[in-house]
Amino acid sequence: MNIKKILPQLLTLLAVILIFGFFSYNAQVNMENRGITFGYGFLSQESSFDVQFSLIEYDGSHSYFRAYLVGLLNTILVSVIGIIFATIIGVVVGIARLSNNYLINKTAAVYVEFFRNIPLLLQIFFWYFAALRALPLPQDTEPMFGVFFLTIKGFFVPAFVWNNLDIFIYSIIAAVISIIFVRIYAKKKQENEGIQTPVLSISIGLLLILPILSFLFGGVDASVEVPVIKQLSQSGFTYDGGIKLPPELISLALALSLYTATFIAECVRAGVQGVSKGQKEAAASIGLTPNQVLKLVVMPQALRIIIPPTTNQYLNLTKNSSLAAAIAYPDLVLVFAGTALMQTGRAIEIVSITMLTYLSLSISISIFMNWYNKKIAIKEK
Amino acid sequence: MNKLNFLQPDKNNFNTYLYTGVILIALSIFTVFLNSFFNRDLISFLPGTISFFLPLILGFIGLHLIRIDYSGYKFLDSVNKNINTNNFNAFLSLLIVFVIIKSLPPILSWFILDANIAGDSKDVCTGSGACWTYIKIWFNRFMYGMYPNPEQWRINLSFIALAFLGCVGFFASEKFKKYLTLYYVVVYPIIAFFFIFFFISGGPIFFDFSYGIIAAVISIVLGFFIPSKFKMYYFIIVPITFYILLKYVFFYEELIELGKLEALEWVETGAWGGLSLTFIVSFFCLIFCFPIGLFLSLGRRSDLPIIKYISIGMIEFWRGVPLITVLFMSSVMFPMFLPEDLFIDKLVRVIIAISLFEAAYVAEVIRGGLQALPRGQYDAAKSLGMGYWKMHILVILPQALKLVIPGIANTFLALVKDTPLIFVVGLLEIVGMLNLAKTNPEWLGFAMEGYVFASVLFFIICYAMSKYSYNLEQKYKTER
Repeated sequence: MNIKKILPQLLTLLAVILIFGFFSYNAQVNMENRGITFGYGFLSQESSFDVQFSLIEYDGSHSYFRAYLVGLLNTILVSVIGIIFATIIGVVVGIARLSNNYLINKTAAVYVEFFRNIPLLLQIFFWYFAALRALPLPQDTEPMFGVFFLTIKGFFVPAFVWNNLDIFIYSIIAAVISIIFVRIYAKKKQENEGIQTPVLSISIGLLLILPILSFLFGGVDASVEVPVIKQLSQSGFTYDGGIKLPPELISLALALSLYTATFIAECVRAGVQGVSKGQKEAAASIGLTPNQVLKLVVMPQALRIIIPPTTNQYLNLTKNSSLAAAIAYPDLVLVFAGTALMQTGRAIEIVSITMLTYLSLSISISIFMNWYNKKIAIKEK
Repeated sequence: MNKLNFLQPDKNNFNTYLYTGVILIALSIFTVFLNSFFNRDLISFLPGTISFFLPLILGFIGLHLIRIDYSGYKFLDSVNKNINTNNFNAFLSLLIVFVIIKSLPPILSWFILDANIAGDSKDVCTGSGACWTYIKIWFNRFMYGMYPNPEQWRINLSFIALAFLGCVGFFASEKFKKYLTLYYVVVYPIIAFFFIFFFISGGPIFFDFSYGIIAAVISIVLGFFIPSKFKMYYFIIVPITFYILLKYVFFYEELIELGKLEALEWVETGAWGGLSLTFIVSFFCLIFCFPIGLFLSLGRRSDLPIIKYISIGMIEFWRGVPLITVLFMSSVMFPMFLPEDLFIDKLVRVIIAISLFEAAYVAEVIRGGLQALPRGQYDAAKSLGMGYWKMHILVILPQALKLVIPGIANTFLALVKDTPLIFVVGLLEIVGMLNLAKTNPEWLGFAMEGYVFASVLFFIICYAMSKYSYNLEQKYKTER
């Protein structure tokens, strides 16, 4: 070991330690001056603030930890909705970008260029403050298909009322497990005998039949509860029953999915273009049908290119969902790093918990992606 | 005369097919056009569903009839090839054309025909269209925030001067070309810093930090003349010495007295805002995040373990958290980490936070470029006897950076699009100003106009940036 290698390392380490030491010393002094003690005990205290939209039961008498869970679940909810729609729009637009039809191609290109060059925050504000504010009041709303009500106060959709919901869920789990077995069997059969089994149609069939059986014999029963208009006061109306999606959720999910879809579309386009023409021609020349070419040759190679950047976009979407704080959608940042922080004044604890939550989420996903990349990488001889 | 087979148009009855098809298409487009522009419904005598779908069906049949391969007419062939290859494509093309025709009139009327721009109060906005008067009245606020009106020439002057100084590269003669990098990396940011932080704010030119800045600049300039063998020791010892000398020995009080710009009114950063703040924040973050990201990426690929793991930790931490929490940290948590008498301006804190955040992304992009270089480049440089820094500056980085131009441009675009987030700490750039103007009781109900205006501005800025990066990419593309 020579000095040229050790000295820079020592100096960096020293600098890092000095900075951290400086910060923590100041933090201690500041907290002593303000009479706060560091600790996470406040999490079990009564929170005494209300959240207007929550997936689990929550009111002011619950603890701060419960408020944290409410925020986390809301973040997960909007991210999942956003991811589903972004994927659908992104794949469609990405394929449209590859079309040889000039009009379709250009329309998709205009969409991509337009939506990705405008800040996401601006889009969220646009949907929330401008577009959704133009919707009618509850009493003037024309129902869509008779059961959906899109109003200025939110989107009211019918809800299912279940009997024996657990049996239904078991049936779906059973279907998934049997599909996994079918896949394993099909793979073995193809390796041994070279015969392909129609796995896709079998899986769809299983997914349909088992739940239907549970309806017929398992005593599962679902009825639909349609929202009904209700008068609150002289001029105040709302809908009762069904599920209410607040406008904050709608505008956030809309903006997130429209914005992220542009990036996913580019990933899809790059992935399909990344499969060389020779591959398709070679596959066609050994007698595969166009469907088989797509399924067995193009898609596996394209997915290898598409999936890593797309996962990155999903991660970005989840992180971007924290912009919810700007329109008062009660997500993790607003509920916990906003309201809870204001009430307790515990800046260090709360900001660190919030950051750690996002950090653990993205690090676990990136570890998974590294594993996945290694697994699907082409094994070169 | 050959038999007509309408299911399979061919060249034999070419004219018949062509004329029938073109008439049908023209009819369908004409119907939709009349309907959307003049509100006349030619086919209203038909039952509802049919009259709704009739243009689509007519156009579809027309497109089917003119789908004749190798007709010999250039225009027809190109139409067939581009929008009319098969039934499905024809259907989609028609749909897009109809949607465009249908949506043009409302858009036109909202933007131009029914819009108002004259006058200077809300009362002139009576039409159903946009109220551009609102933008006109608030224009100064959207551009300059709360910056006092009589002082706004300072912002304009600084930006014009900086734009001119930024264009120097295009006019430099061959003789000065080799100094351009030095100019853009060191001199230009410092000039910009002086302009923005002293001319626009009008505060005292010399404060505690400026000793550090001056010390750093002098030692970097002197550093070019030091033999590379001693460079490392030099850069550790000399800047600190300079700082101490400047601060405690040489003219301390005198400089502060000298640096006060009595003529300019002091405008605190809280009053800055609007589009100019967007530019200021993006500009400084761009300048700072690139070198930090470069060093982080080099650190991540270094074979010195401590440096490597510190770099990995930095990169993964900043990449793992949303920017909004970073800004929260800089506004509520960071003051706890500083001594009570040390106050760092809000704007400076925000710029530091965004720079560190984006630097992690820049680092990952540059790492991609470094990894893409073949091993042979490193080996060749080493076999020529180059040291670590010489190898990277002369051989590795020029190639690696060339490769990652698109990635860096994307990161910079993301940075510009992230600047509106500074509303978290109470700084109002253009989107923040829009939200403020929207809640003004005199001007309620014009949110749409404001957001459309800002969207168009951002679109122009970001689109220009992405096109410029594409040009750069093409310019520096080398065959490999």
